[in-house]
Amino acid sequence: MIINQLSVFVENQPGKLAEVLGVLHTHEINIRAMSVADTADFGILRIVVNEPEKVQHILRGAGFTVKITPVVGIILSDQPGSLYEHVSKLSSAGVNIEYIYAFAANSTDKHARVVLKVDNLTLAERLISGECEATEPYRDDACATPNFYW
Amino acid sequence: MNTYWNKPAETMEREEMSSLQTGRLKEIVTRLYRQQPFYRSKMQEQGLLPEDIVTLEDIKKLPFISKQDMRDNYPYGLFAAPMSEIVRVHASSGTTGRPTVVGYTKRDIGIWSEVAARSLVAAGLSKQSCIQIAYGYGLFTGGLGIHYGAELLGASVIPISSGNTNRQIMLMKDFGTTALACTPSYALYIAETMREMGIDPRETKLRTGIFGAEPWTERMRQAIEAQLGIKAMDIYGLSEIIGPGVAIECSVQNGLHISEDHFYPEIINPVTGEVLPDGEKGELVLTTLTKEGMPMIRYRTRDLSVLHREKCACGRTLVRMSKVLGRSDDMLIIRGVNVFPSQVENVLLGVGNTSPHYQLIVERKGNLDHLTVLVELTEEMFTDEVRGLEELEAKIKGELSSVLSVSATVRLVGPKTIERSEGKAKRVIDKREL
Repeated sequence: MIINQLSVFVENQPGKLAEVLGVLHTHEINIRAMSVADTADFGILRIVVNEPEKVQHILRGAGFTVKITPVVGIILSDQPGSLYEHVSKLSSAGVNIEYIYAFAANSTDKHARVVLKVDNLTLAERLISGECEATEPYRDDACATPNFYW
Repeated sequence: MNTYWNKPAETMEREEMSSLQTGRLKEIVTRLYRQQPFYRSKMQEQGLLPEDIVTLEDIKKLPFISKQDMRDNYPYGLFAAPMSEIVRVHASSGTTGRPTVVGYTKRDIGIWSEVAARSLVAAGLSKQSCIQIAYGYGLFTGGLGIHYGAELLGASVIPISSGNTNRQIMLMKDFGTTALACTPSYALYIAETMREMGIDPRETKLRTGIFGAEPWTERMRQAIEAQLGIKAMDIYGLSEIIGPGVAIECSVQNGLHISEDHFYPEIINPVTGEVLPDGEKGELVLTTLTKEGMPMIRYRTRDLSVLHREKCACGRTLVRMSKVLGRSDDMLIIRGVNVFPSQVENVLLGVGNTSPHYQLIVERKGNLDHLTVLVELTEEMFTDEVRGLEELEAKIKGELSSVLSVSATVRLVGPKTIERSEGKAKRVIDKREL
């Protein structure tokens, strides 16, 4: 399942994350999933919400740098090896995972959920849904190397 | 020890000086009108003839020259001598990557050496001095300018150029350096390094510093004098006029004597261009009275200062300018290098195809200037991955250091986080306590 995730630029300073969350709270927006990637100077807040376009518009209006990034969402059965199964499909197809984070749904739901950002979204989605199978990397690295040198 | 290098010129009575200046001014204006297309057209635009310049006061009629004129006429458009007569070219950094270029005839180099020698003598140097020149040599005028003056004076010259501080200190000790020429911030850095190395500057023969090429204050002078145990003298100059040696402090240290037989100074209101009387603060405007390769008529230095014409206790009658009090434009001098905010803007335009808001923060860490550039991240520049943003930072940093010739820390910040006044971002925050 392809999900439109929002990526928000947040400076690595006290109160900056609270500013974003405050805006979401004011507009009664529920965060379905989130993760933060951080460096010494800044972080990237990644969130999954209902109606991402609308939320992007709201955050933009509040002065944030926001981008919509399509990612893959997977619902996993709550048992050992279920994530491995999906990830190995991607790796044998040579799809690179840029980042991954997990989130929980409500307590009655026995499923785990993960969000993956990959370098080939369409292929990843087809592999995970079982629509296709791959045994070798989709990219032929030999072709990427020029056959001449300056 | 000599008190003056050129006593007749340095102690000339006001009346005699004025008549010398008037004669030289008329001569150079006539020559430029006849031989230099740029100046001729500038004068024609104002309907001026060389004959309109009769007294020194008449200089007011002539139009100003700015750094922009130099850029527009890059590289040699303002030269007034054929290339066969030009023996040296220097350049300083410009706002768009184009340097501003200056050219010297053999006679110009002679004049420069003369005023540099005057400066060194006024600062207390003599034939017996051993001067370590830690200004950069090359296109920058600092190194070679002082070098030629010191050789003309007959001092012993150590042309070490800038950098390699440990070696600077070793040679200073071993060679018996008595005078150090460099930027004031580098002098403080040398003092700090000496402390770290366990060397007491008072045990060396160093007595005098010839410091310039960047703004510094009385407080900084006190710090340098206390830490190095020397007399710290301010030297003023700019490549557009000639280089170091345009003006120098004497032992009285109450302003810098301008070699006004070669460089005629005025103070103007930077907004209206109106000439201000002595004692009033404004922008320094200089006219070269004797230069051949690239004369400058009413060049706007953008440096703020005050002129005083009373005779100095040192005996010199040469007009004094106060220590430079600031700039009338947004140019920054960082580690001796000229930096304009517009250069940063150009780099950002090139990197992101947009012109984001940015801010330059200059701080002095230890004794060295440090430049941080804050860049407000636009959606066009934003990528969802940390790696992408880090690459962006590195790219901006790389481009900046190649364009500015000064390294900078780049920090991406959120939109609208940079303080604005009347909708415009405040471009520069200078936190240096000079």
